[in-house]
Amino acid sequence: MIMIRLENVEKHFAGHPVVHPLSLKIEEGEFLTLLGPSGCGKTTILRMIAGFEHPTSGVITLDNEDMTYLPPNKRDLNLVFQHYALFPHMTVEQNIQFGLKMKKLPVKEQRERIDEAVRLTQLSALTKRYPHQLSGGQQQRVAIARAIANKPKVLLLDEPLGALDLQLRKNLQTELKQLQRSLGITFIYVTHDQEEAMMMSDRIVIMNNGRIEQIGTPKVIYERPETLFAATFVGENNIFHTEDRLYAVRPEKIRVHHEVTADHQSGIIHDIVYLGNIHKLIIQLDEEQSFVTSVLDFTDQRTWEIGQSVGVYWAPQDEVTVGR
Amino acid sequence: MKSNTLNRKNPLLSIHSFLMMAFIYIPVIVIIVYSFNDSRLSMSWEGFTFDWYLSLLDNRNVMEALKNSLIIALTSTIVSTVLGTMAAIAMRKLMSKSKGAIAGLLYMPIVVPDIIMGLSLLVLFSQLGLDLGKTTVIIAHITFSISYVYVIVSSRMANMGNQLEEAASDLGATQWETFRYVVLPSIWPGVIAGALIAFTLSIDDFLISFFVAGPNSSTLPIYIYSSVKRGISPEINALCTIMILVSVALIILAQWLLNRGNREEKKTSMLPF
Repeated sequence: MIMIRLENVEKHFAGHPVVHPLSLKIEEGEFLTLLGPSGCGKTTILRMIAGFEHPTSGVITLDNEDMTYLPPNKRDLNLVFQHYALFPHMTVEQNIQFGLKMKKLPVKEQRERIDEAVRLTQLSALTKRYPHQLSGGQQQRVAIARAIANKPKVLLLDEPLGALDLQLRKNLQTELKQLQRSLGITFIYVTHDQEEAMMMSDRIVIMNNGRIEQIGTPKVIYERPETLFAATFVGENNIFHTEDRLYAVRPEKIRVHHEVTADHQSGIIHDIVYLGNIHKLIIQLDEEQSFVTSVLDFTDQRTWEIGQSVGVYWAPQDEVTVGR
Repeated sequence: MKSNTLNRKNPLLSIHSFLMMAFIYIPVIVIIVYSFNDSRLSMSWEGFTFDWYLSLLDNRNVMEALKNSLIIALTSTIVSTVLGTMAAIAMRKLMSKSKGAIAGLLYMPIVVPDIIMGLSLLVLFSQLGLDLGKTTVIIAHITFSISYVYVIVSSRMANMGNQLEEAASDLGATQWETFRYVVLPSIWPGVIAGALIAFTLSIDDFLISFFVAGPNSSTLPIYIYSSVKRGISPEINALCTIMILVSVALIILAQWLLNRGNREEKKTSMLPF
């Protein structure tokens, strides 16, 4: 079942297009990520779904009902804000209760929902605290608890982990993914972090300059990028130009040999980067004036030196055409 | 630490600050000291007394002026706090190009010389055929107090951002509920601080009140001015001392409220004037 549908949605700010007409279907229970650099229009799309911006043209439906111009407080979805937007004068509990109070739910049900949200986000010990007494990670949990307590049809998340440090971010990524699985709520997640998108999403929408570059599962996005932007934004890639086409080869698909033979390309090792589980060779090709990166995993025991001449090879099926 | 060594190395600096403080506060201290002087002739010290404070209570003119001042201050504070807060809220939502110009107009009564404010209000009231009295003083005080309330409340709002309102709306709150449960509690310290400043300004105002007051609407400052013409009595010193203390207390309270409200954001702000 389709939960959210965007049909030819377009957004201009002061006559300047921010989102070009695009259409998108989001399935019920799906974890969909809008991925792209800042200014690509991903946050604008999220804000249009939340109701804080109206599309210049086009239609947005939730559960098959038109909600294009419905005010935010009438939409059965909730947004987790980038900087949490917790109410500073309310305790954790009051923050979580706010949405339930606005919906005028019976007090008993409010209580149950608060308890459940607090339990799911592991905030039980902190319910009487004020936001300024919490760490960034804890505030983030409150923001999520406050949203899920409403049992929305869709949860929108605007770079929710952007302000946290790396380790905490990794932990919360896992938690969020598990939360989404156990709640079964549709998540629409905005991020510029491709690794985050890859590890959490069912599907990724890659955006650039207000347009969708590609929609697909992380596997498809990684293995079969359709555009140059998609190929270079997610993971590392070697891009090759020929007269008639542009193609990409992932570094791990590039094989390097000590022997230089006539039927392979050849090059000179320009640099070696050691990263523990893998190491990278950066090779200057003899024929083309360009570098290729090859990734070798820890099982590779051969020795390499800078300046060494090597043979470089990849299989034709690993070439992914990304443009002309 | 640093400032200590600085002081030790440079005694001129401490002398300078001492002289500055003396320059500012000696006149005030003189008034306070002489309000306790047991002598009709203010110049010589005859001993300590509370008599002048007690005799204020028996002075019918003082009590009448006090009553006028309080009525005027309370009414103008309430009205200007409501209007000033509304102006601050409206201005934040305003996206128009004329925003700067409108903000400028709202600041205007702060920078326009009091004497011009007083004179122009007097002209306006006589054009309108309004009798001078408490009403005209109240209107005049509202006119200048709105600006101060506006400045204080909007400085409080400046570090609020849109996100809290968006969050409230996202959680199902109507515009009114958003205002009632989210915006108002956030700006509340600013609103109260603004009200305290408006009250203080109204109690202390002489110049504008002098232009627009009628025969039966003398405020405390006007009363003080007219009695001083007959010589400075220790009773006046006592009255001034009370007014100084009340004003200082109100300003400190307002300042404290503003800072307490800023606690979460971990910064302190001064009243913007």
